Amino acid sequence: MSEAQPMRTAMRRVRGLGPARSGTGHFWHQRVTSVAGIPLTIGLLLIITALLGRTHAAVVQILGSPIVAITMLLFIINTAYHMWIGMQEIILDYVHEEKWKLLSLMANTFFVCAVTLASVYAILKLSFGV
Amino acid sequence: MAELETTGAARPRPISPHLQIYKPMLTMVMSIVHRITGAALYFGMLLLAWWLLAAATGPNAYANVEWFMGSFIGQLVLFGYTWALIHHMLGGIRHLIWDTLHGLEPAERELLTLATLIGSITLTLILWVVGYLVMGGPR
Repeated sequence: MSEAQPMRTAMRRVRGLGPARSGTGHFWHQRVTSVAGIPLTIGLLLIITALLGRTHAAVVQILGSPIVAITMLLFIINTAYHMWIGMQEIILDYVHEEKWKLLSLMANTFFVCAVTLASVYAILKLSFGV
Repeated sequence: MAELETTGAARPRPISPHLQIYKPMLTMVMSIVHRITGAALYFGMLLLAWWLLAAATGPNAYANVEWFMGSFIGQLVLFGYTWALIHHMLGGIRHLIWDTLHGLEPAERELLTLATLIGSITLTLILWVVGYLVMGGPR
């Protein structure tokens, strides 16, 4: 095992930094984003329910209004960080080969950045009507 | 230091029994379901992004999303998405309670786990009934 991880020095092990090289920081951030996620998820479900069956014009108007747009932005950004940590945890549990581990960790970051930016861009466009 | 590490690594490490020798229990099944719903929701964010981008693009793009979401496959995916989201949220609350060292006695943890499952199914059904009522029935 130790030959497969040449970057893991004795000092790293002593400091307790795991395979993601960042210790328990993500553990705590995952808790913080999960607490924030509870009211934000309820908000998202309420917003979507309120938008069911409405015309495009009405949807645009409601999604672009400040309270709704801010709730959506908070949900998207909070969820993005939460799911980035979560998928990283899954990858670190199941992908042990160094090359594939690094590639899937990168893919996780790229995916989260792309989906988040696309969603945030859409909300901002709806809000400012550019 | 380096010497210590090599001798330590050369010795076979003790291993613990793995999943397949245990009788499946509700708590462990719900544990893996929490992870599976999390992974599904991860990719489900694509649907949210698609919906928002379509709304920002225009009426035609939005009509395409509405057509897909209204189709049989779309409704199935959305129903699964709703349940996964609510189940992951309730499971998360259960884990937050456990993080405070409460509800860890055998009967309590079984009850909490069962409550998560029943709660998520019930809330999903209620939300969909409300959703159909808002829209005036399924299309």
